[in-house]
Amino acid sequence: MCLGVPGRVAVWIDQDPLMALAEIDFGGLRKRCQMACVPEARVGDYVLVHAGVAITIIDEVAAEKLLATLADLGEMNPQEASFP
Amino acid sequence: MKFMDEYRQPALIQRNLAELRQAITRRWVIMDVCGGQTHSLLRHGLEAALEDVLELVHGPGCPVCVTPAEAIDAAAELARRPNVIVASFGDMLRVPGQRGSLLQARAEGAKIRIVYSPMDAVELAASQPDQQVVFFGVGFETTVPATALALLHARQRGLTNFSLLVSHVRVEPAMRAVMQSAETRVQGFLAAGHVCTVTGYENYHSFVAEFSVPVVVTGFEPLDLINGLFECVQSLEQGQPRLSNQYERSVSPTGNLHAQRLMEQVYEIVDTPWRGFGRIAGGGLAIRPEFCEFDARVRFQLADAVCSSDVDCRSKEVMLGVIKPPECPLFGNQCTPETPVGAPMVSSEGACSAYYRYSRSNELTS
Repeated sequence: MCLGVPGRVAVWIDQDPLMALAEIDFGGLRKRCQMACVPEARVGDYVLVHAGVAITIIDEVAAEKLLATLADLGEMNPQEASFP
Repeated sequence: MKFMDEYRQPALIQRNLAELRQAITRRWVIMDVCGGQTHSLLRHGLEAALEDVLELVHGPGCPVCVTPAEAIDAAAELARRPNVIVASFGDMLRVPGQRGSLLQARAEGAKIRIVYSPMDAVELAASQPDQQVVFFGVGFETTVPATALALLHARQRGLTNFSLLVSHVRVEPAMRAVMQSAETRVQGFLAAGHVCTVTGYENYHSFVAEFSVPVVVTGFEPLDLINGLFECVQSLEQGQPRLSNQYERSVSPTGNLHAQRLMEQVYEIVDTPWRGFGRIAGGGLAIRPEFCEFDARVRFQLADAVCSSDVDCRSKEVMLGVIKPPECPLFGNQCTPETPVGAPMVSSEGACSAYYRYSRSNELTS
């Protein structure tokens, strides 16, 4: 229900505060989404879309940081997985 | 897809799972309160991979499930009226009310449309001025900005044939209800990532202090979930319950202020009935009186939602984390996704339904 799908802002269509609209690229599929909650988003930014409404701009630096941490965690202690 | 595939890499999942297992010395009881997380934990086999060391329980995290049966009946009744079309999300259609589901009502001729976004219902209203279009909206705080925006768009466009029948619920009061239950065994929470995207997580400081349980804001992909569990386990192992955000790419401490302004403009906090759970103080949102012309309950003179005691199964104990779905005697025989008895069986994100569907799955961890 609270599904959020990441997509890239391809082009702004309307920048009115209430009616804000942009075309979002979801891995090749483009769809118009409401942008009233992310008026500061720029073309090329990734946003998280829920029920046709972009609810946040994805923080790419934070995303990279987490992936790096997760990769390191495994590397620090390389071992065979021991669970069933 | 970017921001999804990276968090599903099997080798990283294996390594981080092994790391998590090593950090655990006691079989802690950790609850998620988001159906999307429940679904992902079971679908990707994480729960099965951790079963012997951690007890994962799944709280009242599915807004479709906890929508009162009366609200479904009201939507079906509206859709049978002449010149009324009810639009809703697809996963609402199979949910049984006390007099059948919307799908059954549609088969009997009621005018029900599935839409992807509440905004699609506004377009429908604009294109069919001789019909009254009612958007039947359910959802946690994640979905609330979308229905608020739909209402404001309809007003801006001067549409007099659009209204909302909403059953919006709030997560934090439900977590509070879980902790206040005498039966609770929950020792830590994964907080719902996309709800926190909207609300932020500063409101959980007082929750952590009051109940002395860690709360970890967590995402939905397998690596996000493992990482959230890891932080929750560390907090428990150290005996230092704390609030932490492990979903920083989408969640900031204060959340999305634009979205919150939309919510507050259109809705006010009310006590509300949760199916299978009873009335929860501050557990829901209602349309403010100044927007009553867009409130389907006012426009069509419907009664307020009531909380019927129609539950014959142990779903409340499931949602409190007291028992696992298979411990309910009805699970899998009288109660299945096709013929659900209790709230957590009615949608694919309900805990019982996810158990029924994925109990033998371990897609990524095997």
